[in-house]
Amino acid sequence: MSTKVLEVEGLRKRFHGVEAVRGVDLTVCAGEAVALIGPNGAGKTTCFNMIGGQLRPDAGRVRIKGEDVTGMSPRLLWQRGVGRTFQITAAFASMTVRENVQLALHAKAKRLNHVFGRMTANFGDEADAVLDRVGMRAEAQRPCAFLAYGDLKRIELAIALAAAPKLLLMDEPTAGMAPGERVQLMALAASLAKREGIAVLFTEHDMDVVFAHADRIIVLDRGSILAEGQPDKIKADPAVRAVYLGAGLAPTASA
Amino acid sequence: MTVLTPDIILIQALNGLASASSLFLVASGLSIIFGVTRVVNFAHGSFYMLGAYLGWSLTRHLASFGAFGFWGSVLGAALIVGGIGILVEMLVLRRLRRAPELYPLLATFGVVLIVQDAALAIWGPEDLLGPRAPGLTGFVSIFASRFPVYELFLIAVGPLLLGGLWLLFRRTRFGLLVRAATQDREMVAALGVDERRLFSNVFFLGAALAGLGGALQLPREAVNLNMDVSVVVEAFVVVVVGGLGSLVGAYVAAVLIGIIQAFGILFLPKVTLVLVFLVMGIVLAVRPFGLFGRSAASEGLRTVAQESVLRPLSTSSRILFALCVLLIGAMPLFAGGYAMGIVAELLILAVFAASLHFLMGLGGMASFGHAAFFGIGAYGAALALTALQWPIAACLLAAPLGAGLAGIFAGWLCVRLSGVYLAMLSLAVAQIAWATSFQWVEVTGGDNGILGVWPPPPFASRSGFLLLTLVLTAAALASLRIAAFSPFGYALRAARDAPRRAEASGIHVRATQWAAFAIAAAFAGVAGGLYALAKGSVFPTYLAISKSVDALIMVLLGGIGSLTGPIIGAFAFGGLEAELMASAPFWRAILGVVILALVIVAPSGITGVLGRQIGKRQKSAASA
Amino acid sequence: MTTLDRRGFLAGASMFASLGAPAILRAEDAIKIGEVNSYTAQPAFLKPYRQGWDLALEKVNAAGGVDGRKLETIFRDDGGKPEDAVRYAGDLIDAEKVDVLAGGFLSNIGLALADVANQRKRLYVASEPLTDALVWAKGNRYTFRLRPSTYMQAAMLVEEAAKLPARRWALVAPNYEYGQSANRWFKDLLKRAKPEVEFVAEQYPALGKMDVGATIQALEASKPEAIFNVTFGGDLTNFVRQGTTRGLFEGRSVVSMLTGEPEYVDPLGAEAPVGWIVTGYPYGDLDTPQHVAFRNAYKAKFAEMPKLGSVVGYETVNSIAAALAKAGSTDNEKLVSALEGLKLVTVFGPVEFRAIDHQSTMGAFVGKIALKDGLGVMSNWSYRDGAKYLPPDSEVRVLRPAG
Repeated sequence: MSTKVLEVEGLRKRFHGVEAVRGVDLTVCAGEAVALIGPNGAGKTTCFNMIGGQLRPDAGRVRIKGEDVTGMSPRLLWQRGVGRTFQITAAFASMTVRENVQLALHAKAKRLNHVFGRMTANFGDEADAVLDRVGMRAEAQRPCAFLAYGDLKRIELAIALAAAPKLLLMDEPTAGMAPGERVQLMALAASLAKREGIAVLFTEHDMDVVFAHADRIIVLDRGSILAEGQPDKIKADPAVRAVYLGAGLAPTASA
Repeated sequence: MTVLTPDIILIQALNGLASASSLFLVASGLSIIFGVTRVVNFAHGSFYMLGAYLGWSLTRHLASFGAFGFWGSVLGAALIVGGIGILVEMLVLRRLRRAPELYPLLATFGVVLIVQDAALAIWGPEDLLGPRAPGLTGFVSIFASRFPVYELFLIAVGPLLLGGLWLLFRRTRFGLLVRAATQDREMVAALGVDERRLFSNVFFLGAALAGLGGALQLPREAVNLNMDVSVVVEAFVVVVVGGLGSLVGAYVAAVLIGIIQAFGILFLPKVTLVLVFLVMGIVLAVRPFGLFGRSAASEGLRTVAQESVLRPLSTSSRILFALCVLLIGAMPLFAGGYAMGIVAELLILAVFAASLHFLMGLGGMASFGHAAFFGIGAYGAALALTALQWPIAACLLAAPLGAGLAGIFAGWLCVRLSGVYLAMLSLAVAQIAWATSFQWVEVTGGDNGILGVWPPPPFASRSGFLLLTLVLTAAALASLRIAAFSPFGYALRAARDAPRRAEASGIHVRATQWAAFAIAAAFAGVAGGLYALAKGSVFPTYLAISKSVDALIMVLLGGIGSLTGPIIGAFAFGGLEAELMASAPFWRAILGVVILALVIVAPSGITGVLGRQIGKRQKSAASA
Repeated sequence: MTTLDRRGFLAGASMFASLGAPAILRAEDAIKIGEVNSYTAQPAFLKPYRQGWDLALEKVNAAGGVDGRKLETIFRDDGGKPEDAVRYAGDLIDAEKVDVLAGGFLSNIGLALADVANQRKRLYVASEPLTDALVWAKGNRYTFRLRPSTYMQAAMLVEEAAKLPARRWALVAPNYEYGQSANRWFKDLLKRAKPEVEFVAEQYPALGKMDVGATIQALEASKPEAIFNVTFGGDLTNFVRQGTTRGLFEGRSVVSMLTGEPEYVDPLGAEAPVGWIVTGYPYGDLDTPQHVAFRNAYKAKFAEMPKLGSVVGYETVNSIAAALAKAGSTDNEKLVSALEGLKLVTVFGPVEFRAIDHQSTMGAFVGKIALKDGLGVMSNWSYRDGAKYLPPDSEVRVLRPAG
């Protein structure tokens, strides 16, 4: 694990007097898949949104490849190689699968301000190549509005991959999917990360997915890091077990 | 200049509060209906007017019962109007539950037209003066001034109603459901509530409040046929300034507007035209969700059904379009002057509608003030031609330039907002532009307009002008089409489909929308400039709300999911209106019925239905 | 064929051929008047107007028409929008082949129609629009007007206002051209007649949306001795009711435009503002032979009393018929010449269409509002011949660049 892609230091956020995130430090390296877990209300999504630019932190630093990007907008982060998928999946519903990816490729090539020329005339082959990587080539011509949920997740991933990201943020990537599909999608993401040296940070509720695909796990509880380490170590950690057991076994309920 | 003495301040404040109460009665119902059903109810002013007319009729029948008769009439009118509200909900809006929010809006506009003619047929054209309220006919002396007791009563009605509604919403199951639905529609469905009944009840309540507001005007205002439109716009302003879904906000906004109006006319008597819109513009510029609004409520003006995928024209469609252009181009060979004139007008309207569609259909930004740019284009061309004596080409260039510049400014204000807030801010901008054209007499000629804007030869003849219009409108429509399929057009749609996704994929959502606003404005300007030459004159009515509504109707009627929609909508609506107005005395009601029928039968517009028909035929052909 | 001409276009491409139908096919030999008005937008004035029009048309045709040809009218509703009025003017000229244009209620629509008339060289007889610009600043060769203009009505009222002892005047007028120019002329002419007057407040409520209480208070605050009112319709009704309750009119003279017209005073019923000095139409008491005949015929046909609109519609038709008879032709150049200086006797008395500015000298009645059988009527009225309330010819030539 060599190059650090994402470095987070002392991240804090407070809502109406309640401290949601209190001093989180973490790093993700190229080719590494890191899972951020914890019970509901632990501060995962807040953390995620501060890293992804949707929220501005009260204190702390976020660095991408050494550059301070704290408080930058999602679009500026995208320019610096941050791709992301959302918990509530949204592709561009009024376009076909291929058009979704072609548009992302146009964005990468800084050609979105072209008012003339047909968008579909360019980057068709490149789009198909990206779709190949997520296994959606066969669906290229279908309108996104009619895709199954799992396929939509793949399209989101493809849109993010089209920009050749250095860091991929995935918020609850498997939420709402059938159990079989979950493992499949995360396996896909993890293998892409390995193969292409992308750093992946994801939050996840499904512990099977987490333990199967995370290289490292960070456990949040009440806004702070409770534990961090390899899956086996986390599995055995009594503090982690206490948190999840205290919350009633399933990590979904509570707080 | 008026000197502000304590008695003037007090009396003007009371006047402001009395107007505020009247306004709040209407606005509260509007707010509740929008909150729960997400219907932008244009017909709310019609409910108000019906309340006044029904109240007038009832008081005449119950005159012999004295005070009981009067107050019974007021209550009776409110209840009947509530019933009418239920009818509208059941017969029309219920069928549009799943259509994008703008289609119910179109349907309620159809109701407005029908009610206007129905009221004219039932109650006649003359203003009707109702009785004074028994027991409240006199006045009280405040300092040296007299203040009517009835106005004091009205002042009390506002807070009382607010308190009553508060209790209703806090203490009853119905109220709980209304609040839940206002905050989160899905939650109500999850609670297993009968949505139909809830919506009907809400429409009853909202319409009855409007009817009550109308009936309570009887002692202070003559009932007339223009009550509906004038009140509904102001009520919308109140709801938006207060913040969607907030009744307290609506009351505060009503008071704010009432008071500012009362004092404003002391110092700037001519400001009466725009004051409310100035207030709204300022409030929304500072607080994008109104005084008491939360951002969550701002969603709720979906313009497009998600599944509408744009496709380039098929070869057969291209041939059809080319044939249409050829046919129109050949009209000078066989058609009469009037036919050429009206086809030119419809082509211009098509560009106007298509420019709004660019903003609304592709950009997802519903504008209630698009006529501003149409009008600015018209004035630009007219002034260039008459005052500056520019050549015709320069005049036709001045139109989109002027409108585009205005669009850059208006877009900068508007794209920071979304949904209903954006729509209402665009309306405010348009109303301010309208008032400017109305009152800047030295330049615009005021409401007498600019005359003598006739195109020079060879475009002075009907055929010459038709050909000029054909060339320019075809180019404009083609440009808009090309832009829709360009990377920019896709980015615009991406920003509409999933703004967060777009922003995280490198699309500058605001900048894209802003550019789209300016482009749409410039193309509306093209249409406006041509329109000025077609009519030979320019008037403030070109910027008026009714023109913006026309554009909205054309786009929705044609079908917002398709680029051909606005063109077909313009020809259908423009042609139908021209034809009906020329031949039918009750053309508004007929137009209203046609709109309702179309919305119910074809909630995706004319092109939506055509597309389905063609799709079916292709499918059956493929299987055969 | 003419109706097909218009409908054909809607019916679709297959019907396009009919659009070019030659005019020879038109069988009728009637003289056609194209009439454009805001029927749905201004029904209170235009319903009686239309009835007066029909009555006159019937009368003219019963007498054999003009030169043996019947008069026929094709009506169009512009919905209160000048752009639609322009479209229908084109429709009437091109498709319906009308010989003369007429109509218009709102001033801006009158001006738009006048501009089309000028462009297409077609006679336009404006009936109701009051704006001075119609015959002066924007007057043209083809446009004539029947009714006394804003200037004339203001001048008639100034004559009465100058006799009042009041020096401090407050003005209230709807916020558009008509209201503003009425106020301007009133101030201008009153100041000339009585230099010591001062104008202490001016209110311009939006037409149809008067914030009555606040406006009244603003007028009250200026402590005027007299009030000049230009509001009408619903605004007037509300103004009168609330102003009465609030005591605005007590101890003050009120001079008011158009308020004596039954269209505007009738809705007030018994609350009509007694004592106001107004222009209007004393339909019940005007007993000249011409008017009695007109009133009887109108009552017989429509079972109601005529309103001012009825007279305007009636005399517009008579004016056009007289011009056609004098010209002996439907040639519009000849018609213009015939109308310049045309004299006819109306139900209000003798009237002349002035050659100098195409304004008719039809006058108005000035009197005071009184109550009779629970309805406001005019009392102590007298007819003011419009000829006496127009500026001298030298001034008119300056006001009317078109000549």
